[in-house]
Amino acid sequence: MAERNMSMRDALRIALHEEMERDDTVFVMGEEVAYWHGTHKVTREFINEYGESRVKDTPISEMAIAGAAVGAAMAGLRPVAEIMTINFAFLAFDAIINHAAKIRYMFDGQFKVPMVVRSATGWGMQATASHSQTPEPIFAHFPGVYVGCPSNARDAKGMLKAAIRDDNPVLFTEVIALYPKPSPVPDDPDFIIPIGKSDLKREGDHVTLVAYGRGVEWALQAADQLEKDGVRAEVVDMRWLRPLDMSLVFESFKKTNRCVVVEESLPHFSFGSEIAAQIQEQMFDYMDAPIKRVSALDVPLPFAHDIELMALPNAQKVVDAVKEIL
Amino acid sequence: MESQSITVEREQLLEWYRQIVLIRLFEERSLELYHEKKIGGVYLHLYNGQEATGVGAVSALQPQDHVITAYRDHGIAIAKGVDPKYVMAEMFGKKTGTSGGKGGSMHIASAEHRMWGGYAIVGGHLPIAAGIAIKARYLHLDEVTLCFVGDGASNNGYFHEALNLSAVWNLPVIWLIENNMYGMGTAVERASGQVELHKRAVGYGMEDGGRIDGMDVTVVNDTVKHARDFVIKNGPILIESMTYRYEGHGVSDKIFKERAQEMAKWRDRDPIEVLTGHLEQMFGEDIQAELQRIRLNVEHEVHEAVEYAEQSPAPTYEDLLRNVYVE
Ligand SMILES: Cc1ncc(C[n+]2csc(CCOP(=O)(O)OP(=O)(O)O)c2C)c(N)n1
Ligand SMILES: [Mg+2]
Repeated sequence: MAERNMSMRDALRIALHEEMERDDTVFVMGEEVAYWHGTHKVTREFINEYGESRVKDTPISEMAIAGAAVGAAMAGLRPVAEIMTINFAFLAFDAIINHAAKIRYMFDGQFKVPMVVRSATGWGMQATASHSQTPEPIFAHFPGVYVGCPSNARDAKGMLKAAIRDDNPVLFTEVIALYPKPSPVPDDPDFIIPIGKSDLKREGDHVTLVAYGRGVEWALQAADQLEKDGVRAEVVDMRWLRPLDMSLVFESFKKTNRCVVVEESLPHFSFGSEIAAQIQEQMFDYMDAPIKRVSALDVPLPFAHDIELMALPNAQKVVDAVKEIL
Repeated sequence: MESQSITVEREQLLEWYRQIVLIRLFEERSLELYHEKKIGGVYLHLYNGQEATGVGAVSALQPQDHVITAYRDHGIAIAKGVDPKYVMAEMFGKKTGTSGGKGGSMHIASAEHRMWGGYAIVGGHLPIAAGIAIKARYLHLDEVTLCFVGDGASNNGYFHEALNLSAVWNLPVIWLIENNMYGMGTAVERASGQVELHKRAVGYGMEDGGRIDGMDVTVVNDTVKHARDFVIKNGPILIESMTYRYEGHGVSDKIFKERAQEMAKWRDRDPIEVLTGHLEQMFGEDIQAELQRIRLNVEHEVHEAVEYAEQSPAPTYEDLLRNVYVE
C-alpha cells in the first residue's frame, strides 16, 4: 500500500484520527487537547471534527486525568489521555502504577483497563530540571502497564494504533525533538506495529547498538560515522520498554559480541542497566567486551544551554564508547 | 471591585509606580531579548498586566516575610527586592544569575530576600508554602508566607491538600490567587466548577478574603496588609485578585491574540494608568514630571541589567556537577 512522507506529529495525529473513526469508544482528554489543539498539536482540529464529547479539555489535574481514564476504561470506553509532558506524569504516577497497572491482577481478571496515556518526553531545550526528564524506564519497572516510545514517524503510527487497540494500559511517550522529523508512513488504516516488537534499524557485524526513542537517532548517526572507519554497527530499536523484546539484541550479539546501549535518560537503574544485565545473564559465552552505556550525565538538567548540552548524550559519545570496546 | 479610599502617602505611591514600571519594562525587554535569542529555551512567562497584584501584595509584607510563586516569577522577585540584573542574568543562563544560570526564568529564587522561588510544576509550590509557614508557628515568629496561586493551579491536587493542611494547622499563609482568567488557553469557567475561586475558602474552613481588583495596587496592598494581621493571629486566608496578562501564556502561545477585545477592556484598567490616575487626583498634573523622571531611571536600570547579563560569564562544567547534594 502507498506510503507518504510525514512528520511524527502528523503520523500520530493520523493514527489517533483513524482510531477514532474506527471505534467510537475512543476519545481523548487532557490539558489543552481541544481548543489549543494540543500542546504539541497532535490533536489539531480534533475539536472541530469530534466536538467536546470526544475531545475533552481538562483542568490542570493530572491525577484526575489518569485516574478518570482508568475508570472510563474499566467501564468500557477507550480513553486516550494526554499528559502534557512526562514530567507531569509524576502527579499521575499513583493512578498509573497503583491502579491502571494493578487492577487486572488485584481483581483477578474481572476488569480490563484499555487506556493509553500519551505524553511528550525528552530534553535539550533549556526546559530545566523539572521539565526535562525521560523517565520511561521508571514506569517500565512495574508489571501491568506497557511502555512504548517510537523513534520515527512510521513506528509512531503503527505503535500508537497498537496501543489504542490493546486491552491493557499503555504509557506511550513521544520525544519532543522527534515531532517535526519526517519519514515514510503507510496509508493503511490497519498498519499496526505489535506491542513488544523490537526492530532492526541497521545491519552490521562489529558492534550492536541498542536504543529507543531519540537514542536511535544518535545510534544511527554514530553508525554512519563509524562506517567511515570501517566499523559496521548494527542498530536495534527496542521500541517498547515493556514488554521488552530481547530477541533481536541476542541474535545480533551472537554475531557482534559487543554492545553499546544508548539512552536519553539517566544511567542509574536505567534502560541501559536492564539491557546490560540481560545480555550478561543470557549471552555470557558470547561476550568479548564489557557492555557500555551512553546515557545522560547523572545530574538534574540545568537551564544554561552550553552545560545542558554537556549533560546530554550525542552521536559522538556513542562513537567514543564503541571505540573503547573494539 | 470598587476603589478603596487612598490613605497612603505620596512616597509610597511613587515607589509603587517605580516598581510597576520597572517590571513592565523588564518584561517587555525580556520578550525582545527572547526573540533576539539572547534569552534561550522554550519558556518565558511574562508578568505584564499583573504588576499591581504582585507589587501591591509584596509591599504589604514585612521584610522577614516569605514569598513563593509559580514560574511567572520575574516580576515578583523584583518586587521582593531582588536586583533586576541578577534576575536578567538568570534568564540569560549566566553564572551571575540568581540560580547560577541553572534555574532559568521559571526558577528565580533569592534566599536572602526570602523569595523562595518560582516553581514550574503547577501547584507544586503550595505545600512548600505551607511548610515554610510551619516554621513560623513552630518558633513563634512574626512571619507570614505569601503564596501566589494561578487560577489554573487551583484545580490540581496540590491546591486541595495544601490549603486544607494550612487550615487544620492554622498556618500563617496568605493564599493569593491571581485570577488572570486563563490557565494556558483554558478559561476559568471551563476549568472550575466554582468560578469564584475565593469561595473555596469556605470548604476548607478558612477565612474568605474575597475578590479584589488586582489592577489597582492600592486595593491589593490594603487587602494584603489586613490579611497579614489576620493570618498571624488566626490562620490562613484565601484572596482572589482579578487581573490579566497582556502576553500569551508563554512565548509559544499563538491563540491569545484572538482575545484582542477582552484585552483592550483590561488595558483600560492598566495598573500603570490606574495608579497614575490616583497620583494625578491627589497631586495634580504636576506629578507627571516626577513620573517621567522615575520612568527614565527605570529605563536606565533595565538597560544596565541587560548589559550586566550580557557581559556575565556562562556556567562551567564544574557548575553542571555542583549542588546535586549538600557537599
Ligand atoms: C503539573 C503541571 N501540569 C501542567 C503544566 C503545564 N502548565 C504550565 S503553566 C500552565 C497553566 C497554569 O495556569 P495558571 O495556574 O492559571 O497560571 P498562569 O499561567 O495564568 O499564571 C500549565 C497547564 C505544568 N507546568 N505542571
Ligand atoms: Mg491563570
